[in-house]
Amino acid sequence: MSQATKDEILHDHNHDGVDRRGFLKCMAWAGTGALCVMQGGVMKSFALNDPTAGKHLGKGDLSFIQISDSHMGFNKPANPDVAATLKAAIDKINGLPVAPEFMLHTGDITHLSKAEQFDNVDQILKSAQPKDVFFVPGEHDVLDDNGQQYRERYAKNSQGAGWYSFDKKGVHFVGLVNVMNLKAGGLGSLGAEQLEWLEKDVKHLSKSTPVIVFAHIPLWAVYPEWGWGTEDSAQALGYLKRFGSVTVLNGHIHQVMQKVEGNVTFHTATSTAFPQPKPGTAPSPGPMKVPAEQLRSLLGITDVNYVKKHHALAVTDSSLE
Amino acid sequence: MKKNYRISTFATGTALAIVLFTAPLVANAASPEVPANSVEITIDNFSFTPATITVKVGTPITWQNRDDIPHTVVSNDNLFKSKALDTDDKFSFTPTKPGTYNYFCSLHPKMTAKVVVE
Repeated sequence: MSQATKDEILHDHNHDGVDRRGFLKCMAWAGTGALCVMQGGVMKSFALNDPTAGKHLGKGDLSFIQISDSHMGFNKPANPDVAATLKAAIDKINGLPVAPEFMLHTGDITHLSKAEQFDNVDQILKSAQPKDVFFVPGEHDVLDDNGQQYRERYAKNSQGAGWYSFDKKGVHFVGLVNVMNLKAGGLGSLGAEQLEWLEKDVKHLSKSTPVIVFAHIPLWAVYPEWGWGTEDSAQALGYLKRFGSVTVLNGHIHQVMQKVEGNVTFHTATSTAFPQPKPGTAPSPGPMKVPAEQLRSLLGITDVNYVKKHHALAVTDSSLE
Repeated sequence: MKKNYRISTFATGTALAIVLFTAPLVANAASPEVPANSVEITIDNFSFTPATITVKVGTPITWQNRDDIPHTVVSNDNLFKSKALDTDDKFSFTPTKPGTYNYFCSLHPKMTAKVVVE
């Protein structure tokens, strides 16, 4: 408890805050040291360099990594070497005191869906200690072929456009696809078929089962003006209402944001490739060009620990520096 | 008499049909001789500029992506659809019928614009 309080005071209050409805909303740039701790909720955060972080893990506990938005093939000034920063992320993961059991990649694996770009990422991920990687596609992974190559590579045993679920140590994981068949003027979209599948998928679970949902585009309205939201996410979250602990992990916006709404904790991860501006602070959500010496402080990985007896998730964002 | 009348009707019908089918062909054949005013639409900062453009039938329209992020050009009715355009890539479409064509970027669907063809 005292540890949590210590972490909590690291907010930058220019950017974080609690809104009137009592939702805790926290925005923090990875690398600034600003982390978010939710008390009495489902998520706890610890800095990776916090010596107590790994000590919370018991034998039956689960820890895994989220990486996102590798954009392999991107070579513009914002980051001319995205392979190097992905490798740096893997080195960081391999250096963790407790080896995570697996990794989630929340999409935009490649920049242009090219075979050699997928190959390059696969090659780099081979050096990671966690051997299992679970993917969901970003819009950059399904260009021009309706996601066929993506599904052949990463989602052979999935449903529809590539959605699936699996269980690890009592935690139910659901990978959703919200980057296909987007409509003019709209946001990310799950679609009727996937929603129907999701409803059935979680129906048999007891309400005490912790559920972790991961998808590329945020499943909450981060900034609809820039398309940072999913139009039918409310229906998906409706199927998860009865669960005591739901965590939603997303990529796409290349920065850390967190929010708690009822039983659901939302969390977005940084990119391993390039940062994007805070909502509304730039003319568009295009890549943010930062001085080379700052780049790695704005990229990173997310380390999630599930502590079984407390039913709590510790989500830690770590910069590549 | 009756027979002749029929033949005459047939002949008239054929003549009409020829006229009807030839008219658009003539119009199309004329356009390459008169260099059409080709127009360009740019993609910058996740926006199509200009957002609305009015052109005559047969005017080639070219989109160029100047962002660091790929975009697409897809009409809402799927009449035209580009592949993903990387930085500086171009896509062209020449409308053959008048109408209003709303289009968007299928990767970033908040990017919407329209072409009005007269």
